[in-house]
Amino acid sequence: MEQIPASIWTLTAGVVITLISFWVGHNHNLLPEQASEQAPLVDDFFDIMLTIGTALFLVVQGAIILFVIRYRRRAGDDGDGVPVEGNLPLEAFWTAIPALIVIFLGIYSVDIFQRMGGLNPGDHAMHTMGDHNPAVAVVAAAPQTTATDAPPLLATKTNSVPEVGIGASPDVQGKMPDLVVDVAGMQYAWIFTYPSQGIVSGELHIPVGKDVQLNLSARDVIHSFWVPQFRLKQDAIPGVPTELRFKATKPGTYPVVCAELCGGYHGAMRTQVIVHTPEEFETWLSQNQTMAAIPSPSLVASHTAALGVTPQLLAQIAAAAQSPQPVPSSNHI
Amino acid sequence: MAQAQLPLDTPLSLPEHPKAWKWYDYFTFNVDHKVIGIQYLVTAFIFYLIGGLMAVAMRTELATANSDFIDPNLYNAFLTNHGTIMIFLWIVPAAIGGFGNYLVPLMVGARDMAFPRLNALAFWLNPPAGALLLASFLFGGAQAGWTSYPPLSTITATTAQSMWILAIVLVGTSSIMGSVNFIVTIWKMKVPSMRWDQLPLFCWATLATSLLALVSTPVLAAGLILLLFDINFGTSFFKPDAGGNVVIYQHLFWFYSHPAVYLMILPIFGIMSEVIPIHARKPIFGYWAIAYSSLAICCVGLFVWVHHMFTSGTPPWMRMFFTISTLIVAVPTGVKIFSWVATLWGGKIRLNSAMLFAIGLLSMFVLGGLSGVTLGTAPVDIHVHDTYYVVAHFHYVLFGGSVFGLYAGIYHWFPKMTGRLLNEPLGIAHFVLTLVGTNLTFLPMHELGLKGMPRRVAMYDPQFEPINVICTIGAFVLAFSVIPFLINVIWSWNKGKVAGDNPWGGLSLEWTTSSPPLIENWEVLPVVTKGPYDFGGIVHRPVMDEDDDEDE
Repeated sequence: MEQIPASIWTLTAGVVITLISFWVGHNHNLLPEQASEQAPLVDDFFDIMLTIGTALFLVVQGAIILFVIRYRRRAGDDGDGVPVEGNLPLEAFWTAIPALIVIFLGIYSVDIFQRMGGLNPGDHAMHTMGDHNPAVAVVAAAPQTTATDAPPLLATKTNSVPEVGIGASPDVQGKMPDLVVDVAGMQYAWIFTYPSQGIVSGELHIPVGKDVQLNLSARDVIHSFWVPQFRLKQDAIPGVPTELRFKATKPGTYPVVCAELCGGYHGAMRTQVIVHTPEEFETWLSQNQTMAAIPSPSLVASHTAALGVTPQLLAQIAAAAQSPQPVPSSNHI
Repeated sequence: MAQAQLPLDTPLSLPEHPKAWKWYDYFTFNVDHKVIGIQYLVTAFIFYLIGGLMAVAMRTELATANSDFIDPNLYNAFLTNHGTIMIFLWIVPAAIGGFGNYLVPLMVGARDMAFPRLNALAFWLNPPAGALLLASFLFGGAQAGWTSYPPLSTITATTAQSMWILAIVLVGTSSIMGSVNFIVTIWKMKVPSMRWDQLPLFCWATLATSLLALVSTPVLAAGLILLLFDINFGTSFFKPDAGGNVVIYQHLFWFYSHPAVYLMILPIFGIMSEVIPIHARKPIFGYWAIAYSSLAICCVGLFVWVHHMFTSGTPPWMRMFFTISTLIVAVPTGVKIFSWVATLWGGKIRLNSAMLFAIGLLSMFVLGGLSGVTLGTAPVDIHVHDTYYVVAHFHYVLFGGSVFGLYAGIYHWFPKMTGRLLNEPLGIAHFVLTLVGTNLTFLPMHELGLKGMPRRVAMYDPQFEPINVICTIGAFVLAFSVIPFLINVIWSWNKGKVAGDNPWGGLSLEWTTSSPPLIENWEVLPVVTKGPYDFGGIVHRPVMDEDDDEDE
């Protein structure tokens, strides 16, 4: 082996770097399991960026190491290096290539974001088709102004129509979600309310494969609802209703994590989402709807008297809980 | 001492000027830019140590999943003040205040900054700001993160939060004063014989940084003062239950605080453009590309701030617009990286401590930049926003980038500032420990974030414990790495090998005066005959290679 031309070394290096990059991009094992329709979209995009990133990293890092070894000062050599001050074609090349890469990534991320439903928060079907959906009727029932008015009071705004977040993905655009859950963040818990089923829970239960809409609100400070396995995150912001709309694709139990600093016990603000098969979900619903009806006014009266809750109010609450009929809404046509 | 040989009766120095500054002059309202530069550097380094201790406390807490080392509220106070101190009292004042003040007049051939008193005033706003931050711990310390989003910041430790706001407004004011000074100095006080294409790239970077600070800092001050009013005077700019809007604060905050990232890295890029050519013995590759890319980063950098808010109350168009603008920043940044790598090509690279830190920065910053591209796209950011992936990214950029660059600058210009060289074996030990510590601490954090660990938590899911233990060990290595550096600086300041005027064979003007420079920099202002990077064909024998210990 005497003289191997530089071009062969370059070619070999290029092939090796490409192979390593593709291998890393496909086998990095850095992401948790995929449990929503959005997860594979995000992961594919991440894999592509990781592949490109690995290649660029290896090229730059390889060049640095190669140059440092090859062009290190030898003992006794006090001279200067080659007086090269630039090379226009080379500079144009390394401006143009990253520019092309980022243009590609920019267009691709818009495409991915659109397929995730990111371009459709506050789908208007939600506003106009409420008559057919008790959930929306209940949502609108709270005594308050509409979402387009000046921000209503903190305590009552949790049910305004969200216009921020991840909305309907293209295949469910213009359709009603199968299940609506109101999610309220507070220091340091998530409260999940199923308005049409009259269930309140500390954990999120959803059926697999169904189009679920979460209406996020915050009672005190900003929280952020994140399910890593869904690759979905959205802040719950006092005064700004937000939403996440998705289909879970895999039954299981996944963590719900608060991702926005919300106080000393922010790290403990964790619960879980249980993705059920449709049958399991029906069972869960029926069990918990029964549970919601059980506490009779007489049973809790002794506990609530101290809070100033009158027996009449308790009776009203119990009656409302037992009949899932929505209260007619003043601002809902 | 090197300065002892210099004649006192220079034609331009005023009669009451002393020959050289005494140690106690560094504790006074001195208007010499070199004194102010060193005041900035030393003060900033002390705050770096304080912020570092907070980081060590946090990493110790995170060695276990439960909250069992410090109170979680104190943990939040540490994370808030760690970020605040490292940004506002270490990197920004060290890079712009320290190196900027020390070097810009020397590099442009001026006797001082344009407004020396304003300069001294700008420095002296920093110690009270730091004292306010430290004193705020008497009231629990600000606990809402360096971002201080309301409503959390308006209801948590409000006295400490108010002190935090005042501290930031003080350093912001200092930054505005400094910026005006740099712009005027570079624009008006460059020696007439220096052409614009002979202006050292560090000055171009300082110019870009100053313009950016001047545009963005007032917006942060405005946002913080509104927050101060909300906390203390019953206004409701950011109180949703009284018609305010919390998201507006985030826009005001990030309109400054994203450019703040460039305030922290552009001067460092300037340091890189000085250190690499000198020690590679080569002209900088693509002078104008590097100069203009600073200005390009500066312009585009003003329009990327919403990428910190992709999961906040931002509409879809905004998430898409700022994804694309963010990606564009990668292009001028890439140009700089490639230019420095190309500067290495064909050089005669001296791998001393300054050069090692500069090359270390190149490697670390590439990783931080690439993870930044993934973070800049909304689809991926929705998953990793506010996770340890972000913590990993910005520590690669700000620690692997800015802090490595500051160290490179210190090893490079310490001989100019003190007249003495830093010890090389200690410097190399410092570099190796820092490099290992950085990667041990921050590389595993990428995985933590991707797998589901949020940032700013004192307690976390036990499944992440093994990786966190690695990060904590890395943090201890980093803490330990400062020790050889401190020994080196303290020892070398008085006992180090005498450097001479130009130990590295540099061509920019600061190397044409004595080390340390006399009080008004030159007896006769220098005349520029060649550019700062016109290496090639010159044989220069650096002090470092001379046979041992003929000095003293």
